[in-house]
Amino acid sequence: MNLDFSPEQQRMRDAARRFLAERCTPAAVRKVFEGEESYDKGLWRELAELGYLGIAIPEEFGGSGGGYLELCVIAEELGRVLAPVPVASSTYLAAEFLKVGGSPAQQAAYLPKLASGALIGTFAMAEAAGEPVAGTLRARVDGGRLTGTKTAVADGDTADFAIVAAGGAGAPAASLYIVDLHGAGVARRPLATIDPSRSFAELTFRAAPAEPLGVGGDGERVLARVLDGAAVLMAFEQLGGADFALEAACAYAKERWAFGRPIGSNQAIKHMLADMYVSATLARSNCYYGAWALSTGAEALGEAAASARISATQAFQHCARNNIQVHGGSGFTWAVDCHLYYRRSNLLALALGGLAPWEDRLVDTLRRRSAATEH
Amino acid sequence: MDFEDSPAEAEFRNLARRWMDANAPKQFETALRQAGFGELNLGGIDVLDASKSWQRRKAAAGWACPHWPREYGGSGLTPIQQVIWQQEEGVYGRLATPFIVGHGMCGPTLMSHASEDDRRRYLPPLAAGEEIWCQLFSEPGAGSDLAGISTRASAVADGWVISGQKVWTSFAQISDFGLLLARTDPSVPKHRGLTMFYIDMHAPGVEVRPIKQANGQSGFNEVFFTDVRIKDQQRLGAVGAGWHVALTTLMNERLAIGSGMTTGFEAIFNWCCSLERSGARVFDDRAVRSRLATWAARSSGLRYTASRAITALSRGTTPGPENSIGKLVAGSTMQEIAEFALGLAGPLGVVSDPVGAVDGGRFQAMLLRAPATRLEGGTDEILRNIISERVLGLPPDIRVDKDIPFNRIPTRSA
Repeated sequence: MNLDFSPEQQRMRDAARRFLAERCTPAAVRKVFEGEESYDKGLWRELAELGYLGIAIPEEFGGSGGGYLELCVIAEELGRVLAPVPVASSTYLAAEFLKVGGSPAQQAAYLPKLASGALIGTFAMAEAAGEPVAGTLRARVDGGRLTGTKTAVADGDTADFAIVAAGGAGAPAASLYIVDLHGAGVARRPLATIDPSRSFAELTFRAAPAEPLGVGGDGERVLARVLDGAAVLMAFEQLGGADFALEAACAYAKERWAFGRPIGSNQAIKHMLADMYVSATLARSNCYYGAWALSTGAEALGEAAASARISATQAFQHCARNNIQVHGGSGFTWAVDCHLYYRRSNLLALALGGLAPWEDRLVDTLRRRSAATEH
Repeated sequence: MDFEDSPAEAEFRNLARRWMDANAPKQFETALRQAGFGELNLGGIDVLDASKSWQRRKAAAGWACPHWPREYGGSGLTPIQQVIWQQEEGVYGRLATPFIVGHGMCGPTLMSHASEDDRRRYLPPLAAGEEIWCQLFSEPGAGSDLAGISTRASAVADGWVISGQKVWTSFAQISDFGLLLARTDPSVPKHRGLTMFYIDMHAPGVEVRPIKQANGQSGFNEVFFTDVRIKDQQRLGAVGAGWHVALTTLMNERLAIGSGMTTGFEAIFNWCCSLERSGARVFDDRAVRSRLATWAARSSGLRYTASRAITALSRGTTPGPENSIGKLVAGSTMQEIAEFALGLAGPLGVVSDPVGAVDGGRFQAMLLRAPATRLEGGTDEILRNIISERVLGLPPDIRVDKDIPFNRIPTRSA
């Protein structure tokens, strides 16, 4: 039994934490947050140079020869500092779609540039309010041309290409296409969101050239597998954010005095913090199980990813929300960073679909497993 | 990361599994597996007899408290071997319920604080289930504020005289010995006037009365001491050091109670899978799925928190107060699940009659037992204090009675 990162992975965590503490300060996050740029281009370059963007990409495609466990470690650290870079879109999603579903030629064309940060990829599925469901998508591909509108696309304003889920004449419920966002027939409209430290856009396609991902036909399998993996990785980001918000709240509870004593000596505050710790601990344990399942290709990935996603979403929202509460009035000022974590916690809660589809994934998987053990 | 045994661990697991295969009382397996929160029913066989007989058999082969040193009745297993043994003993471990206070709390306290003679005298029969121990801590006037107990131990020429009352004492009615926290000096602040003793539960002046609990069962007792004379040799630790000794016991108590606690998730999940209401499967209801998923993630979170603690053990680290979360999460989850299950049953939810109740009355029993889980072995509030102070490093509560002599602390009656 070994449900922990190796000493080497922990050293990597320490190095990433030191680097990001220096390089991705709250002031750096605010540059993007306040709209000076749509992502931190310098940080993006440095993350690529450190090999972090290609850590789970095979060396033959320009990756740095690590694996998913290492990527989980980096994801947690990026989440702690609210890194304003398109890692989730490009690394957890676009690169994984190519690894899992791409043809050898597509892998060779895209993966090295994703690893080096030269290209930014993203994933586009949602079209309207409500959870996007394969089979009900209105975007269509006919004769290699995509027409339709995708909304709330993370990094849609800056990505170079997108993996787009769409339907088509005679196509299976979910088909995946690679679309060059600099190409003909693509219009982008940046969208204001609850968390401006990450950029979002609406993409309108009018007969834009679209290339099927891989041989096509197994879009559903590829979609499920990639979303499971991304859920684990994003859960680590959420975990990092939850831990940071908890630490910030504890630090403030110790230094802020009221009624002649630190506010953290009041049980109302202490117990709120204890409950935040419980949420974050449950999330961490589920995340580690998710990391194990992802890194070993275990059959339990669906269940593990959903558990990690649910408990990390709940933990980050819980910790970020109560971090403001502990900070009192100052926590609701623009200048204090609490709201950045609050915003991010709610953004990430929806980024891969809200809780409902993950709850369904979890209970359906558990039910299949319990039915299988009964027979 | 992996869930595999090391070669040495696998070899040990095989040894344990082979012994269990050859020796486990398989006739009780179904009853033990189905046991919920009602009294364990072994089909007319006395539960205490069955427990003692299984413990005796384990002791003869070295499997009773196998992580204890050999000279005290154990087999000197490493912590990780102990975990593997517990996994292999599995459902049969429930037969050891009458011994958990002794094994989990009194034993470790004796090991840390008793004389060598006493350890050799008392620990082996405690391990083997031949002598049962209980813990005499809480009092009607002192629960969470345990240091506020008032049972007196007064010094006399050849030892001590005990007078007072304890309450909430599990298994006192079947115990041979008890670990007793008593006040030896009321004129100093409360934490400093306590001393720990052990006591013969059959001694003159000790009277045990079962308490009828809120759920109608009687697992707990009140224990009265009327001028009970004990020898000074029965003192554990220095006079006035009882609080320090008690902390050893309490930390072990939280570890023992917190590990492997059920949340009730498996029961509610299986029940929802089989249930139909108004012609529709309950399992397909969105609101039900949402609740089930949250409890599933909480249960797996506890399960993998335990896996991480085992990982720490196998790397040679001792689990710390962070293990307090097990009971804290499981207790309130169980209560939520029970309330939810009764709601699904509608008007029939009120029926607890074994004949006619949904799912054999399991959730009704769970509902009525759950409040105790949130109180015993440290209330939810005390556990949150422990987490916030010892894990998160927050300042201690303001304790207005800290520096006042015990006999001058204001009480409502004073």
